[in-house]
Amino acid sequence: MSDRAVAVVRAGALTTVQDLGRGGYAHLGVPRSGALDPAAVRLVNRLVGNPGTAAVLETTVDGCALRPRCAVTVAVGGAPCPVRVDGRPAAWGASVRVGAGSVLDIGAAVRGLRAYVAFGGGIDVEPVLGSRSTDLLSGLGPAPLVSEAVLPLGPVPAGPPPVDVPPWPGPPDALVLRVRFGPRDDWFTGAALRTFATRAYRVSPASNRIGLRLEGPALERAVPGELASEGMVLGAVQVPPDGRPLVFLADHPTTGGYPVIGVVRESDLGTVAQAVPGTPVRFTPVR
Amino acid sequence: MTAPAVRVLRVGERALLVELSGGEEAEAFHAELLRRRADGTLPAVREIVPAARTVLLDGVADPERLAAEIAGWEPGPPHARVGEAVGIPVRYDGPDLPGVAARWGVSVEAAVRIHTAAEFRVAFCGFAPGFGYLTGLDARYEVPRRATPRTAVPAGSVALAGPYTGVYPRSSPGGWQLIGTTDAVLWDTGREPAALLSPGTRVRFTDADLPGRGRPVPDSGAEGGR
Repeated sequence: MSDRAVAVVRAGALTTVQDLGRGGYAHLGVPRSGALDPAAVRLVNRLVGNPGTAAVLETTVDGCALRPRCAVTVAVGGAPCPVRVDGRPAAWGASVRVGAGSVLDIGAAVRGLRAYVAFGGGIDVEPVLGSRSTDLLSGLGPAPLVSEAVLPLGPVPAGPPPVDVPPWPGPPDALVLRVRFGPRDDWFTGAALRTFATRAYRVSPASNRIGLRLEGPALERAVPGELASEGMVLGAVQVPPDGRPLVFLADHPTTGGYPVIGVVRESDLGTVAQAVPGTPVRFTPVR
Repeated sequence: MTAPAVRVLRVGERALLVELSGGEEAEAFHAELLRRRADGTLPAVREIVPAARTVLLDGVADPERLAAEIAGWEPGPPHARVGEAVGIPVRYDGPDLPGVAARWGVSVEAAVRIHTAAEFRVAFCGFAPGFGYLTGLDARYEVPRRATPRTAVPAGSVALAGPYTGVYPRSSPGGWQLIGTTDAVLWDTGREPAALLSPGTRVRFTDADLPGRGRPVPDSGAEGGR
């Protein structure tokens, strides 16, 4: 029988459906959302023969467990973690065949934070504004997983998986984030700009899909007063009144009223997705 | 006539923030961008995000080149008044309405007349999907945010802050002064377009308690007071 769906056995701390996001609606106040580690999403999708745009699961810290109602090819990537099928160890970072009714258990991340789970055919929930991503800031897309929820799968992809052994960048021991100053670096003192570019910060446990919060030296403003709300981009480093920089991630608000000292390169943000609290962070200015 | 001051700031690798001298100039510049995009003379951009006195262009292939182009643009004409105004029927029963009227130095009834007489325009959206910042009230009617924000403002609340009027698309925390409520559905992803209000939309608020003025706007699913 073929009932193309998976049931949630254990939802985990925070497991959401993610694809590559919801672009083009920022002018209506809609965040871009999407997976925090898009490179990992592309790889797990390739391992099961899906297009890179197919929706996958993004877990946080402690994984999740699922029971497919049909035989399905899966791949787990992103944060390294134990993978088990009916209690038996299975491969991480490779295609795994899971029989109908078997339990696929994705364990707690050994390193890093977020694992990505692709199913052949992709998670086929109804798209909202062109994306199946869960947006935790504005509540668009499917709700985070709860136990016993059932997620539909798309049709089996044609052809064999196109990769066997993909390259996996390991989770970072330290983040080195390339940053371009501006647009509001002139709101900060020269000392603050030097502090930002040279001192070490640490990932705060208050970080989430909206932003990477940092602990470390406060950045002093040269310009007092309020900035009128303005559009915000992915990777913007906003500095609220407490002076602690905050890097905007996928679910960031589309506008904001705190000055942005610089913007982190988009290609460096995938490692941010895997940085556990306490990870050292340095910002390196680039042109 | 001198050209309005335009400052083009780089934002990361793929975005520009265009800073105008004020809100009206930002709206005119935004309208100019939309005209150029419709004409096919604007290079591809993923997002055009107007705000209080800036417009963000994100997902730009060659920001350097676009920045140079923008610096050479003639100032655009004022915002074109095209299309019908969206009517939003309001029950003017908000808890902050008496305080707003007192600040304006008028009676509650007169405050309602002031709000329903103005023609508004969506200057920009943000805060939540479908939340528009509407300008149109005279500068003397600006009000501050509440000193203490409410932890939950009901969906459909019509509220004032600074020079803006806004309508909460869904229940959320908020610090704006609540003057009334509407059944109009501001945001419905099952509808095309999902947003009742988008930048540039003209808006009139009507007094739902006046006979014959309380008709819901078309397409709003008036029974769905979310």
